[in-house]
Amino acid sequence: MIGYLLRQLGSLLFVTWVVSSLVFLLIHLVPGDPVSVMLGDWASPADEQALRQQLGLDKPLWQQYVIYFSGLLQFDFGQSLFFQQPVSELLLERLPMTAYLAVMAMLIAVLIAFPLGMWAALRAGQWPDYTAMTVALVGVSIPNFWLGPMLILLFSISLAWLPVSGADQPWAWVLPALTLGTALAAILARMLRASLLEIFHEDYIRTAKAKGLNKTRVYGVHALRNALLPVVTIMGLQLGTLLGGAVITEVVFDWPGLGQLLVDSIQRRDYPVVQGCILIISVIYISVNALTELVYAWLDPRIRLAN
Amino acid sequence: MLGWIHELGWPINMRFNFHINTLMRWLAMAIVTLWLLMAIGAFFVGESANQIDLAKLMASGDAQRWLGYDELGRPLFERLLLGAQTSLFVALGVVTFSALIGITIGTYSGYVGGWIDRVIVKIIDVFLAFPGLLLAIGLAAVLGPGIENVIIALVVVGWVGYARLARAQVLSLRHREHIQAARALGVSQPVILRRHLLPLIAAPLGVEATFGFAGAVISEAGLSFLGLGVQPPDASWGNMIREGTRYLLVAPHLVIVPGVSLMLVVLAINILGDMARDKLDVKHQTKK
Repeated sequence: MIGYLLRQLGSLLFVTWVVSSLVFLLIHLVPGDPVSVMLGDWASPADEQALRQQLGLDKPLWQQYVIYFSGLLQFDFGQSLFFQQPVSELLLERLPMTAYLAVMAMLIAVLIAFPLGMWAALRAGQWPDYTAMTVALVGVSIPNFWLGPMLILLFSISLAWLPVSGADQPWAWVLPALTLGTALAAILARMLRASLLEIFHEDYIRTAKAKGLNKTRVYGVHALRNALLPVVTIMGLQLGTLLGGAVITEVVFDWPGLGQLLVDSIQRRDYPVVQGCILIISVIYISVNALTELVYAWLDPRIRLAN
Repeated sequence: MLGWIHELGWPINMRFNFHINTLMRWLAMAIVTLWLLMAIGAFFVGESANQIDLAKLMASGDAQRWLGYDELGRPLFERLLLGAQTSLFVALGVVTFSALIGITIGTYSGYVGGWIDRVIVKIIDVFLAFPGLLLAIGLAAVLGPGIENVIIALVVVGWVGYARLARAQVLSLRHREHIQAARALGVSQPVILRRHLLPLIAAPLGVEATFGFAGAVISEAGLSFLGLGVQPPDASWGNMIREGTRYLLVAPHLVIVPGVSLMLVVLAINILGDMARDKLDVKHQTKK
């Protein structure tokens, strides 16, 4: 296990290094001069020179890289041009909101997916199965940026039950979390159904039935518990995706998280913030995935021994 | 973006009524055909799609244009056709280039093995570790908006799936007798790859490409929705939804019409992809 742990840690560090280098290079991909793109057409040469110096873009590339990396190690992502405050402060301010949204979305997804998946599995091949899986297929095909406005139309405008946007009101999280969680609910429901169906054919389920255990116990305890392993893995892997994929949902609902900061900063050409957002979301995503794999390896020895 | 779909079992072919299956397939094919026709139809729209008519601001449908008009009084139906063309163009571009690059790299890597393979696998791993949509957003942000940059950003994200699949397929096939025979006969490497390996791995790659199509359509719309993709006055279903959400209260049809189109197209492609995958999956079929 120790060897496996070290290998995983090494690979995590390697990927993080590559990703942060790519984020560093991002600003150099801007066609033309990034400074004049940031300041627009009306900036004076003196202003451009000042900004170039502030961003360190006047130094040779390798020096910029060294400065960037030593900054990163001290959690220094530079200075926001728009807010005139350190990027790290902005990120720390927004991160809890994105995490909150992701966790709530996960919760909603589980609450939808488990009943749906179990219902489909128990009535496999009959109309409930068909209905549940059609709902699931529709669920993965609905884009967030359309589902969001539709939910607003229904629950905020027509029924006036929930706030339209923002995060100040008490139930404001419901619609964004539902929007973000729908696709995940669909994936989980399909996974759970497939996993349960496989387990229903296992010998120990037949034994449990033959022993005369009641249905609830056989399916609710014996089958469900074993069917959960792959589902929980997918949940872990998808949590990272939720954190990353929250960008669109945050924009739709004006939710003050990292994704909204990212898109706003892109429009303001505030590249230090853009870099910071992309870096932090990626690193969280990579870490959550690595953690999930670790938990999975701990639960299932075949995985760590295979390497 | 939707790459995970093919990793999950979809039960369409398992025990369901055959008629429902056939119906679903025909419906899906009809929707995709309609999408293609709309994209072709967009060539004949001409200037009327960008004709601003303030008298018809956000008007609902009339006898002439039953889908109504948008926030500048432009006919929604014509905009919808242009949006269909945009999404088809982007999807074709993204799938073609991603598949070409990915399959070339993946097949080569799997076939030659050794250190080249190890380096390429590492690169693939890094790309897979990156959240795809975020990378596309970052690239679109620095490259600037525009349809070509959307395609570039999505290809950079998209090639990995094909490379991984092609490599895995080649690894399982490269010791087959007919490959060894070709090698012994002195057939050159590119010819072996192209004539003897590629046809064998074409089917699973085709399924991957189908899901890639759906993914590209939804990603293009997503980027355009964020204002990073296709820019007005050019129409994309994504930027139509973006503009429409501002007038949700007074003119919900501006969001509903492009949204339903987008959803139906993505749904239809996913259904076709699922069916194609089930057809290939022998294990699945024998269970039936």
